[in-house]
Order: sequence, then C-alpha cells, then structure tokens
Amino acid sequence: MGLDLSSDFDGNRIQAIVDEHINLEGPLLPILHAVQEDLGCIPQEALPVIANKLNLSRAEVHGVMSFYHDFREQPAGRHVVKICRAEACQSMGSDAIAEHAKSRFKIGFGDTAPDGSVTLEAVYCLGLCACAPAAMVDGKVIGRVDEARIDAISSEVRS
Amino acid sequence: MRLIQETDFGTPASRSEKTVMLTIDGFEVTVPEGTSVMRASQEVGISVPKLCATDMVDAFGSCRLCVVEIEGRNGTPSSCTTPVADGMVVHTQTGKLKDIRRGVMELYISDHPLDCLTCAANGDCELQDMAGAVGLRDVRYGYEGDNHVVARNSDQPNMRWMPKDESNPYFTYDPSKCIVCSRCVRACEEVQGTFALTIEGRGFDSRVSPGMHEDFLSSECVSCGACVQACPTATLTEKSVIEIGQPEHSVVTTCAYCGVGCSFKAEMRGEELVRMVPYKDGKANRGHSCVKGRFAYGYANHQDRILNPMIRDTIDEPWREVSWDEALSFTTNKLKKLQKDHGKNSIGVITSSRCTNEETYLVQKLTRAVFGNNNTDTCARVCHSPTGYGLGQAFGTSAGTQDFDSVEHTDVVIVIGANPTDGHPVFGSRLKKRLREGAQLIVIDPRRIDLVRSPHIKAAHHLPLRPGTNVAVLTALAHVIVTEGLMDEAFIRERCDWDEFQDYAEFAADERHSPEATEQLTGVPAEELRKAARLFAKGGNGAIYYGLGITEHSQGSTAVMALANLAMMTGNIGRKGVGVNPLRGQNNVQGSCDMGSFPHELPGYRHVKLPEVRAIFESLWGVEIDSEPGLRIPNMLDAAVDGTFKGIYIQGEDILQSDPDTHHVAAGLAAMECVVVHDLFLNETANYAHVFLPGSTFLEKDGTFTNAERRINRVRKVMSPKNGYADWEITQLLANAMGGNWSYSHPSEIMAEIAATTPSFANVTYDLLEEKGSIQWPCNEAHPDGSPIMHVDGFVRGKGKFIVTEYVATDERTGPRFPLLLTTGRILSQYNVGAQTRRTANVAWHEEDRLEIHPHDAEQRGIRDGDFVRLASRAGETSLRALITDRVAPGVVYTTFHHPGTQANVITTDYSDWATNCPEYKVTAVQVTPSNGPTEWQVEYDAQAKQSRRIVHAEPAE
Repeated sequence: MGLDLSSDFDGNRIQAIVDEHINLEGPLLPILHAVQEDLGCIPQEALPVIANKLNLSRAEVHGVMSFYHDFREQPAGRHVVKICRAEACQSMGSDAIAEHAKSRFKIGFGDTAPDGSVTLEAVYCLGLCACAPAAMVDGKVIGRVDEARIDAISSEVRS
Repeated sequence: MRLIQETDFGTPASRSEKTVMLTIDGFEVTVPEGTSVMRASQEVGISVPKLCATDMVDAFGSCRLCVVEIEGRNGTPSSCTTPVADGMVVHTQTGKLKDIRRGVMELYISDHPLDCLTCAANGDCELQDMAGAVGLRDVRYGYEGDNHVVARNSDQPNMRWMPKDESNPYFTYDPSKCIVCSRCVRACEEVQGTFALTIEGRGFDSRVSPGMHEDFLSSECVSCGACVQACPTATLTEKSVIEIGQPEHSVVTTCAYCGVGCSFKAEMRGEELVRMVPYKDGKANRGHSCVKGRFAYGYANHQDRILNPMIRDTIDEPWREVSWDEALSFTTNKLKKLQKDHGKNSIGVITSSRCTNEETYLVQKLTRAVFGNNNTDTCARVCHSPTGYGLGQAFGTSAGTQDFDSVEHTDVVIVIGANPTDGHPVFGSRLKKRLREGAQLIVIDPRRIDLVRSPHIKAAHHLPLRPGTNVAVLTALAHVIVTEGLMDEAFIRERCDWDEFQDYAEFAADERHSPEATEQLTGVPAEELRKAARLFAKGGNGAIYYGLGITEHSQGSTAVMALANLAMMTGNIGRKGVGVNPLRGQNNVQGSCDMGSFPHELPGYRHVKLPEVRAIFESLWGVEIDSEPGLRIPNMLDAAVDGTFKGIYIQGEDILQSDPDTHHVAAGLAAMECVVVHDLFLNETANYAHVFLPGSTFLEKDGTFTNAERRINRVRKVMSPKNGYADWEITQLLANAMGGNWSYSHPSEIMAEIAATTPSFANVTYDLLEEKGSIQWPCNEAHPDGSPIMHVDGFVRGKGKFIVTEYVATDERTGPRFPLLLTTGRILSQYNVGAQTRRTANVAWHEEDRLEIHPHDAEQRGIRDGDFVRLASRAGETSLRALITDRVAPGVVYTTFHHPGTQANVITTDYSDWATNCPEYKVTAVQVTPSNGPTEWQVEYDAQAKQSRRIVHAEPAE
C-alpha cells in the first residue's frame, strides 16, 4: 500500500491505545484524541493500524481525522497560539491582530516556528465573543487581545 | 437503436406494502410508504432538480438543489430526504424555489471549470443539465478568488488545485471538476461495500480522497466502477469515454465472466464499444458490476486474438492460415477417417461453459446426431458436477434453489468453500450489504477470506478447517443440530422422508461425529463449531452459499449432500432468504449442464438410457441416438493414451491449463490425431491442436447464458464477429461439412428446439425473454413466468432425501515428503485461466500467481516474501514466488491459477470425486523449498508453447 512504516513509528503503542478505548461506543474520536495526547500528533502510519483494529477502511479514518483541524499529522511547537477569526472577533479588529501575530512570530497560520517554539493557528469562535477579539494560548482562552498582548505572548513563548 | 436512458428516481425504492397518497404540482400520486418526495415526483414524471441524489444510494441531502415547498410546513425541505405523508401537498416549482436553486447553482459553477465543450462528460453531465434546468445565466462571483479549478492563480501556484489521478487503468479522477456531492463515496460504501473513498477535510477544503489521500491504484479501491457510474460530472470518467467520446446507442447484454450473470448496457458508437454500464433492471446485479464485467473487455481487440482458421498436419509444424472452406474440409476428412479406422466412438466434443446455451446445445447435438456417439463433456466436470449429482439426489433437481435477491431476506449465511468478494464480486457486494444490515455470517474456509473480516464486515464464526475435511465438519454441524434438538421437526415431517431422516439423525448423532471427536482431524475448535451450528439452526432464515471449495474434492458430491441435509433439517428451503446456493464459476456453467453436455444426459438432465427421452430427439433429429453414455473428459484422455480415442472438437475450454494433472492431459492430447480447438486465442490446449477455428466474443453474437440462479439472460450482438462467424454458425458449418444438414438462421430457432424438447424450458422463447428481460427455469405450463425460488410447496423429487454422509479421508495425504496442503482459488481482477483477463489492463492488479504461505512455514524453510520457491507434489513440480501471510493457517499453502507460466495444475493430482470424477483441485500434499527460478518443466513447456504458436500467414488474395 505504498506506506513507509518508518522505524521510529511504534505500532504497538497505537495498538495499546486503541485497545484501551475499543469498547467505547464510537471509539474512533476518543482514540484519535488519545493518540494525539500521547504522541503529540497522529502520524499517518497510525491510521491503518487504527483502521484495522476498528474494522474500518483507511479512507474512513483519514476522512474523520482530516475533518477536525485539531488533529495534526506533525507535532506542534512547544506552545500553540490560536487567534479567533470568526465574525465577532473580526468586527473587533482581529484581522489586524492576526497580521501582527504573523509578523511577530514570523510564521503564517498553520505553521510552526523553525525553532519549534510556537505554532500559530486560526480558530473560528472560541465562544468568547463578549470579550472579542479572543485568542487561546496552550488551551487557555484570553479576551480583549491587542498588539501589546501579542507582544507579551510572543516573548513568553520564545523564552 | 437508441441510447437507453434509465430513469434515475433519485432515491431507492421503498419496500413497504402500505401506500400513501399525496399531491405533487397538482397531480395525485400513490406510492409506498417511506418513498421520498423526490422519488414520488419522478414516478409521475416530475423531475425535481438534483445533484447529490441518485437511486443507487440512500438520500444524503447535501446539494440543496432538490428543495421543495410543502403546504403547512415551514421552510424548503430537500425532497430527497423528506418521506411522503398522506395528504401532503407538494410544490416543486415556485418563485422562491427557483431563486434558491439558481443561487445554489451559481455557487457550484463559480468553482467549476467552464470547459464544457471540450469536457469528456459533454452530453452526459448532470451539472450541465441542472444549470440548464434551473436557468442559470450568470455567475456573479467571478472566477478570480479561491478555487479548485486552475493550476495557477495569477502566477502563483494554486495550493487548492490537484492534478488528475490517472493511476487506475480504466478511469481518471479529475479533482478540479469535483462538486463534492459524495455520490462516489456513498456508492463505494453502500453499493460496493469497500469503503475505499472518503471526503477529506471540511468546508471549502473538502475533497474526495481514495484511501488516505492516495492515488486510486494504491488505495483500497477494487475498481468496480460504481463511483464512476455515480459521478454526475467528468470528475470520475472512463478513459474509454475520454478517448472515444459519448456513445450514441446501447444494447442490453449479459456479462461473459462469472456465474453471477450481470446485465450490462453495452454503450456503443457504431460498432465501437465505448463502455459497459451495469443495467439497473438486471435482476442478478441490480445495477452493479465488478472490475471484470465493467472494464475488462479489451481482450476482444487484443493482438493475440486469432481471426483466421488455421491448420497443420502435426503439432511441431507452424500453423497455416487457411480459408474456412479449407479448414472445414481438412477437419472433416480427418474426423471421418478416424471414425472409419477406429470406430464411431473414437471422436468426441467438449462443450464450453463460456459459450451460449444455443452454442452448447449444438455442440452436444454435433456428437450425438452427427458423430453418432455420446462423447460429450464440459468443464462443469471439473467444477460443479458434484452439485448436479448431490442436489439432484437430495432435492430432485441439480440447480441452486434461490435467486440472488433472496440474500436481502436472509438472517444467517454460511459461506463455505467460496470467496465471493473475489470470485463472485457482485454477489459478494450484495451479501456484504445484507451483513451490514445485521445478518450474521459463518465462514467455513481454510483461508481467512475477506468476508471473515473487512471494513464493516465480521463473520460471527470462522471455522478454518483443514483442506479435505468438509464432510467431517458438515456432519459435525449436523451432529450438534440433531443432538441438541435444534432441527425443524415440522418441516422435516411435512417435506422430507421421515424414516430417512431418522436414519440420518442416528448416523449424525453418533459420538464419532461430534465436534470434539472430529476436532483433531478438521482443526476446527469444537466450541466454535457448536456455536456456529446453533446460530445457523436458530438464527432465522438460514442460507448456504458454496463454491468449488465444496465440490472439487474426492468427496465433493457427499459434501453437497451434507449441505442439502443441513438446509432440510433446519427447514431452510422453499422461501425467500434461505436455500442451498451453488456459486457457479463461469457465466454459463449452469446452462452448459442444462443443455445436455454430459455424456450420460440429454438436455434437461435426462439419462440417455431412457428410450422415451431418446425418442424425443430421435424424431426431431432424424437419427438414432446411442443408448450408451459416452466418455467423460478424464476417460477421453485415458482412451487417447490407450490409442482408442483419436479426435476431439473443443469449444472454448483450455483443458490443458484448467484440468488437473497437466502431464496427463498433455499426453492424452499429444496422442490424438485430430484436435480441433475453437477459441479466441491460441490457448495452451491449442499447442496440441491440428485445427484452430477462431471464435467470437460475447459481444459478437446472439444467444442466452444461464447464471447461477437459473436465470436465462439474453446475450445480444453489438458488433460483427471479427472472425467472420458467431460460434454457433461455426459449429453448424462443421456439422454440415460432416453431413449434418442443419439450417439454423438465428439462435432463437435453436432455443425453440430446446424448448420443444426440454420440459424445464418449455415456455422459453426469445419473445418472452424480450418481454420479461430474463427468466428463471423451470419455465413451463406450471410456471409460466419462471421460478425465482424452487421447492416452494414441496421438493421436485417429492420428499426431500436425507443421505448418510460418511467422511472418507482423501487418499491424498501429507507425509514427511509432502508435509503441506495446497489449496487453490481465484483473485478479483483475474478470471480462471486468465485467457481473457491477462489480455486486459487488469494485470495492473495481478501480474503473476503467488504462493501464500504462513510465516511459520516460511521461516522453517528459510523463505522470504517474494522469493522464488519450488512447489512439488507427487504429480509434478513448478515454481512461483512466495507471499508470506497469516491468511492461511500453518500447514496450508494457497495459490491462484490464472497464469499459464505457473502451471499450478502440474501439481494437482488425478484424484477425483467418487460420483462425478470432479477433480480434487482443492487438496494436494506438497513441499515448498527455496528455488532459483522456473523448473525444468516450465522451461520446456515454454519452449514447446513458443514453438507451437508459430503462424505462417496466408498470402493476401490477388
């Protein structure tokens, strides 16, 4: 099937994670979460292993994983900064914030800094519209983000 | 002639018997409950615009084009997902709906190329049709922004654009034309059951993805083409359509590969075949197909095909191309001389399970009426002859009891000695669909076939028996049913002979048949077997499907009887969802048996010894028919070696490659003085032939095939025979050259003769086939419309007969020299000896036969995956490459037999079924050792084949 099962990929580890969750109803999403939690990402080699254990096709598992932007094929940087680009935040100036963040981090959305310090991502609504523009740093939401706040985050994640 | 356009009702038919009345655009409509508003509209000829709906798959409701307004309901529901309700008043065209539809289409077209005039789907594009239907006149969004259409956006590479995937040999995937309607994904899931496609990403990023963003060829795709058929645009398109253009007329015909007998529309441009599209009214396939039927017809134009008759005096000479007259007089002189010198029984025929009923009928008539003997046999000898015998004994008729639709009503299925997803793929898909709906499956097979476990399918029980122990396992199942009191006593008392059942029950109940007692022998865990027996007996409608893994054994007939016993004792005969169903290997193996191909039977399975049966044919043919049965294929070969059988006419069968013990077949053929091969290609048998008569393909002739469900399907000529004559005409030419005085001008006249002489075909005519599409025999006074299900009110023979099935181990046993058991089978992309499929692009999936061997056995022998190995049995040896897999159990090896270079039948022995001589292909004791390459036999054989295939072409006429 043309897949290079590279040497550092631990199929047994994936199998063990699948085994932990296989009795859940609808186990695929919990398994994908657990794999990402464990390995920091979901390497493509893991998908056929999961598919086989769950008796699904590779295509189906790929379809589910690729549907959710939070599931990543490559590990993220040490910190993950998400900036909300949904309607409420846009109306409160999040486009400018986003541009500022990009130039500050010197990366675009979806990219990870070459030194692995930070990954910048767009997100569409954090449910924090009342405090727009909003962002999220390593899972913690932040309201009323401005350029100064981005600068602070930047120096924090680079340290 | 015109292009047949089948109405697409948008959603599948509802099976409900309750009806609902509603009003659509002012018309009153009555439809079954559960029907969609879309389908109800189409029933009265109102087409609601649609893109994501098609009646092969369930409604999805994603395109938002089929919205309607329903009085008393809010909003604009999609008509495909809204079921009808009594008294509903629906409007399919209002100002509001028109606006919505135009808006939706505008969005679709804003991300779709505008190359309609040069697009392969031009003239067959639903997107184009819908743009017309909704009156799209303008796309206000422009084409400048984000899109999937162009490779470069103002000098920047467009990251959303993806190049065409042309990896599949038969169709292309052009993502730039995709509207993400999911029809392909759903067809792959719901119709084919492979789940090879998905929609990756979300929103504007959504794309159709084979596997994990792979190309089609390396994905899980099995190339059935259901996605191509479902695609409303040019995204998935047959390469033949891209190359040739749209067809202008079509003809419904029947596939010439396996015994499923799928109906296809051959879509033509003039005499050129553009594509094969499964016909939704085809009752065997219901609009589905596999990679062979839909795509693998290229052999008809392959350069290897022989189009002129050829002769030679001895087989070491090159072939000489000659005229038909010369070939026929050469043949006639030889055959007549042989009969004069060696007696009338010194020649015979082999009929073909690949040819039509009418052609088969003529070939057996040739030997019976013109040669004056009963020396006729057919390849069913080597596949389903035990089915004929076993089911004939138990039920009174030799055929399968059900139609394929029956699988939709089954609750528990036993699949034994068959691999439907490879061998009978369209039935495999229909079975998988039923399994996904909740039916349970018991697989009895030495190998872990795909049905044991593949996406969304899992057998409740897999009994991995040791090859050769079918009868022991089946009797053990009966043991559990009898001793645990799981049988259907009422059924047995009413339908079967109770005393015979008592005898059988006593036999089966004997402790030596218990699962525990036979476990050592069969390798099947006793507890698993007990559970399987209980499930089958008490799980609802129980159906048995079996293949050559049952019949091709020294106890093939006994195993068929054991299956009949199981069905009878559990009351699983005579209604929908049950039955004993042989999966026939070849398109017309049922028909060739029906047509009197066997040496002891006249058409309709009536013994030649019966004077009243002979009288029917004698009075019609004006000849006397020999009352002695003739020779079976193995007897012909033995007699040839002994010097008493001298000449043979073989239509469409490659006995050298397909029959067991190749050395013996070769010796028999070499000993004959006139071997006439009538085929498309210089097959392996032709290496020993003196006359080659070029055959015609199923596309080039009229006739009928009878599939595994006894369904007589029409084969229709769509192009002129490239060799000049249809096969039935060639047999007639030969018969007349021999003094036969036949005058058939169309196969319908041959069918009329069959109907006039054979009670089960009494009412069959081409007119009736035209009217009904197809008919399942028996079709006579008692069953004027044919018989979808047999033995409904009682068995054909009267009372069902239980027959004691004592297990007798085959003489073919493993020992120190040959410690492994070899069993054989087929693969999806190739067909039998591969004469056709090897000459198509299907070789992309299977270039060579491989030997499947368990890692444990491989390691012991120092064999790595892909190594050349020597495979030796008591009969001979060959070599091929190994494939290490745990699909086979330790101690068992497996191979396919599609390639002549492999010569798997050099290995198989000449052991055969006790009743019918069906060879024991499925069990051979072998040894596997590392090897460097082809064996001496393979090298010699290859040299002989090359030598034998030389042709001296005729000078063109002045």
